[in-house]
Amino acid sequence: MTLATTVGRLHLATDSTTGAAESHGFLSPTGVEIAFLLVGLVTLGAAVFTVTTRQLVHAALWLVVALGGLAVEYLLLTAEFIAWVQVLIYVGAVVVLILFGLMLTRAPIGRSPDADSGNRWAAVTVAVAAAAALVWVVVDAFRTTWIDLDGPAAGSTAVTGASLFQNWVLPFEALSVLLLAALVGAIVLSRKAKADRAAGTGGTAATGRVAGTGRAAGTGGTAATGGTTETDPPADPNGADKGGVR
Amino acid sequence: MHLAYPAVLSVLLFCTGLYGVLARRNAILVLMSVELMLNAVNLNLVAFDVWLSKAAEETLHSGQALTLFTIAIAAAEIGIGLAIVLAVHRNRGTSDIDKLRDTAEGHEPDGPDTDAPAAAGTAAEKAEATA
Amino acid sequence: MTTTTLAVLVPLLPLVGAAAGLLLGRTAPGFVRPLAVLPTLAALVLAVVVAARQGGGRAVDAVTELTPTGSVPIELALHIDGFAALVAVLVGTVATCVQIYSTGYLRDDPRYPSYAALVSLFTSAMFLVVYSGDLMVLLVGWEIMGICSYFLVGHYWETPEARAASLKAFLVTKLGDVPFLIGLLALATEAGSFRITKILGAVANGSLDHPTLIALLLLAGVAGKSAQFPLHTWLPDAMAGPTPVSALIHAATMVAAGVYFVARLLPLFQASHAAMVVLAVMAAVTMVGSALAALAQDDIKRVLAYSTIGQLGYMTGALAAGDRGAAVFHLISHGAFKALLFLAAGVLIHAAGTNSLAAMSRMRGLRDRVPDAYWTMTVALLALAAIPPFSGFFSKESVLVAAEHVVTGHTEHAPGAAGWTVLVAGLITALLTAAYATRLWLLAFRGRGAEAPDHGRQPVVMNAVLWALAIPSLALGGLAFRLLPDWFDGQDLTPTLTTSVLGTGVALVGGIVTYAAWRHTTALADRTPLGAVAAHPEGDAALVEAEAIASHKPAYGDIAYAPDPSDPGRLLLGPLHRHAAVGFHLDAVYTTLFVRPVQAGASLVRFLDREVVDAYVRGAGTLPRWLGTAVRRAQTGNVQTYVSALLAGTVVLTVAAVLVATGA
Repeated sequence: MTLATTVGRLHLATDSTTGAAESHGFLSPTGVEIAFLLVGLVTLGAAVFTVTTRQLVHAALWLVVALGGLAVEYLLLTAEFIAWVQVLIYVGAVVVLILFGLMLTRAPIGRSPDADSGNRWAAVTVAVAAAAALVWVVVDAFRTTWIDLDGPAAGSTAVTGASLFQNWVLPFEALSVLLLAALVGAIVLSRKAKADRAAGTGGTAATGRVAGTGRAAGTGGTAATGGTTETDPPADPNGADKGGVR
Repeated sequence: MHLAYPAVLSVLLFCTGLYGVLARRNAILVLMSVELMLNAVNLNLVAFDVWLSKAAEETLHSGQALTLFTIAIAAAEIGIGLAIVLAVHRNRGTSDIDKLRDTAEGHEPDGPDTDAPAAAGTAAEKAEATA
Repeated sequence: MTTTTLAVLVPLLPLVGAAAGLLLGRTAPGFVRPLAVLPTLAALVLAVVVAARQGGGRAVDAVTELTPTGSVPIELALHIDGFAALVAVLVGTVATCVQIYSTGYLRDDPRYPSYAALVSLFTSAMFLVVYSGDLMVLLVGWEIMGICSYFLVGHYWETPEARAASLKAFLVTKLGDVPFLIGLLALATEAGSFRITKILGAVANGSLDHPTLIALLLLAGVAGKSAQFPLHTWLPDAMAGPTPVSALIHAATMVAAGVYFVARLLPLFQASHAAMVVLAVMAAVTMVGSALAALAQDDIKRVLAYSTIGQLGYMTGALAAGDRGAAVFHLISHGAFKALLFLAAGVLIHAAGTNSLAAMSRMRGLRDRVPDAYWTMTVALLALAAIPPFSGFFSKESVLVAAEHVVTGHTEHAPGAAGWTVLVAGLITALLTAAYATRLWLLAFRGRGAEAPDHGRQPVVMNAVLWALAIPSLALGGLAFRLLPDWFDGQDLTPTLTTSVLGTGVALVGGIVTYAAWRHTTALADRTPLGAVAAHPEGDAALVEAEAIASHKPAYGDIAYAPDPSDPGRLLLGPLHRHAAVGFHLDAVYTTLFVRPVQAGASLVRFLDREVVDAYVRGAGTLPRWLGTAVRRAQTGNVQTYVSALLAGTVVLTVAAVLVATGA
């Protein structure tokens, strides 16, 4: 619903800008468009492999490809800072974390026949229906809208930093509270596990990764929250090591 | 560049993630699919931000700022999510979503519970896991 | 104090005693006996004082209206004429005697406090009925008596007989009370008041539109309360209660209330010839039928119960003859000797350990065990049989004289047919009464066989009460028949020669024939051993009686009947005996006519409810249950299924919203 309403609202807003893009059509793609399309196809294919492959570790690796492809797309959209953050956090942190998760839950290496649940056909139906509806709406709304990529980059580090620390300081600080809460939450979950004595290291590893990702986000944001997160590094390799040993 | 390209790609990625969330059995794969959906949203945000910053002289860069926030939140989410999945796995010996059916009407006691080392913590963990 | 104040105190004192007895019964057991006896005794004294002050002169009337009560005012009214004053004295006397007797009779009964309080409450209600000058207030007392009777008959509620009897007594009297209430309301509507004086004034003016209808409706209530045919069946069964209760309620007072009510409103009934004829026929059937039934009963108390019904028949007969003086005269003398009979029977049952006459006739020397009961009962039986000079003779003669007056046309108050009916039935009943009185006496006191069991001396209070009641049984009639007309309507109550000779003659014939039959059959007694005596001879009288009642049916096969070939009643009645013993199958008829149809209707309703109404209810429940099963099946616990359904719905809604927004 939210998407639909947003699109509807944008639909109204774009009426004024469609006139400028009328000279560009789908049948005369620019070089950027071709590049975007190709990378997009790779990304989408990787994503599809991610959700369909029967080998769990392969899924994680395909996810790397998809996330990396997305980073390239960000670059093509001139949002370079976002692109590097994407590479740092997603490809660097999240995927590694997921791999550890897979190992800690003793995910089978190789093809597992039951990677998909019995809900598969319902899922296909819903996903295809949603895709059809959304594609229809989006294409109907924005088929003539043109992004002018010329001129100064819209997402350079300077621009993003200025906007982030001029207009978005308060949400940014609030976000650090959220990360703290996530940190505490992960610790609480792990402490219970520690009381269980057996799998305490798994919990520690998770906590360590959370702290690490928090730090990564913080450092990504020009080290404004670096003061709070600088203390974390000892936990990071420690937890990762333990998780790896196990 | 036409806005339709990133928008459609975003839609397709989102629906792929949607399929993954609905169809995958392993909880970690579900989390990965959630990441896909989040990235689709990010792509959307970035594309529209770039378009609006040029076309509508919008200087707040709210799209990119929100993308950064989303990335941070996604990182926290995957951390917490994995912690939960691990806790469930410890207690239940499985991280298969369709075996966690405590809320089913007239459900039988869950499958193998042998991995649970201490019975005392099981109930609390189970409550947390299903919460 | 004025007469009015004293009269108000008369019903109030036993009421206060009852309340105090109920409240203190558990906490202060020592006060229960004084609280039972003293208020009743004080009420008796006050009633005597009221009677002395009233003295048969002008009626005392006092009225206060507490609050307006709609179209027909309900007033707290006293109306004390000679009838009320004397009946109140009788009620007080019998109630006091019964309370004193009960202290001995229910010596060890754990429920004595509530019993005594209920008897006090009953006494209070009866006083209210007697003194009240307002029919609605009278009805209050009338209904309180009904409920007290229910509780007291069910005193031995451990036995199924007592439970059934109390229910039966309540239901049958209520059956009469419903038309009674309707009749009262109709009467008050037509007369414009519940006050007896005003109603009688309206009757004198002839301003009642439907006297016959009202009189018949009221008669239904009277028949229920006074145990007249066809609503008399509860009274013999009510003998399952303790003997003092039978003496007080079912002989001397409550059953007399119906007769007393008719006596108060006699002009109303006289306004309708049909009602008088109905009254006469009712009285005649009741008299003869109950006397025949009494001759066949084996339980001594049931004999007395049927005898009560018969004597009440005499009273209604006198009323049908238009002579309420005779009716109330017989009511008073009968109250005295019937109370005595019951109380003596209580002593007898205690001494013999059985209530069966057949068993008593196989005991030697029972009269030597209880000499007081023997002598007083002899007196009372002679009074019952109307042998001069006992009091029953004079009162019964006054009834017969009243009927004779009607027959000979000396009075125009009543139709001649009623007179004839009452006179003939009265004479037949006199014969039968003497017969069953003789039979009772012979079987109880002239038994032969094993020595009667020795249950020790009877309590002094019980014997003292017997002698106290023997005096009026012996002498009241002879002393009072000259004085009473001053208190009553002034009609002469003196026996005439014709009726005296006739009545005494038939009574003697009945007695002698019974004696002859007894001599003939008594030889058979030795050959058929019979008898079952109570298991706890050392217990108090109430316990013995309860056991006797409970064991009668298993021992003899029926509550009212014993297969005793030495019974003179069997010889006298011949083939009729079998029917008389069960009250001429009236209960069976009622069962067929009313109980079975009601039960059939109940089972029909039950069937309709279970199978028809419930079918719809169950059907209505089935669909939601199916839906619930279907919905429950959807609750698989699989989160992915839930999310799939959720998102599918979202997609559908989104598409619908977009279609609507774009106007497609």
